[in-house]
Amino acid sequence: MIFWPAALLAVVTTAIAVTGKNPVHALLWFVISLLAMAVVFFELGAAFAAALEVIVYAGAIVVLFLFVVMMLSLDKAAALREESWTKGPVWLLPVGFTGMLGVALAWQMLNTALPARPGRAVLPAAVGLKLFSTDFLAVEMASLLLLAGLVAAFHLAREAQK
Amino acid sequence: MIVSWQAPASLALILFLLGLAALLARRNLVFVLMSVEIMLNAAGLLFIAAGMRWGTPDGQIMFIAVLNLAGAELAVGLILLLRLRGRLTTLDGDAAVLLRDSS
Repeated sequence: MIFWPAALLAVVTTAIAVTGKNPVHALLWFVISLLAMAVVFFELGAAFAAALEVIVYAGAIVVLFLFVVMMLSLDKAAALREESWTKGPVWLLPVGFTGMLGVALAWQMLNTALPARPGRAVLPAAVGLKLFSTDFLAVEMASLLLLAGLVAAFHLAREAQK
Repeated sequence: MIVSWQAPASLALILFLLGLAALLARRNLVFVLMSVEIMLNAAGLLFIAAGMRWGTPDGQIMFIAVLNLAGAELAVGLILLLRLRGRLTTLDGDAAVLLRDSS
């Protein structure tokens, strides 16, 4: 049962990532968190989603992040500013309110009537068959969304060069 | 062999709350975008947990949709971050609250 170690690793590395000062270090902790999430997905019987998590999230999205952080060329002054932005009291209200939200949601989850039964693994073949037969509209919508993102990013980047 | 649905749902809850707290607390836009990614990832985990609970492929299909959304959102978000950095020479999200040119 590798679910619990992977879940613990994901939570700890995510906590380190979001509280970090150095963006590059935080993104590398985030990569570890994503790899742990891939293990969790695999353990839940979603092998296809686990592969996508590694390839798309850890492989493409975080690398895009790292490229942009490299282009920002952060220096010592940025690190000092970051230090002043993340001093203790800043976290007080956000953590308090999200803690309240968490207690409410956890209470709701514990009192739900949905019985706990062991789940079933969903093989990649089943996902592919459903995705390209009855859910084909979702594929088209995804391609439209990516096209819109591409056009928007291209437009904004072109204006920056003017 | 496979855990019950409460375990991954609790993990998704914790990760979502971590991302939300960081989104509210951080001012650096790099960390704000990373928090959004964490929250989207937690939502995807919940979809997968639901798909596992009922043994249907819909959860993973929705996860693929969330992945697409995260990719498109991040591309636009990072370009906007670079534009803000070029215009205001800072990564402070609070610097762009005036919604006009002069400060």
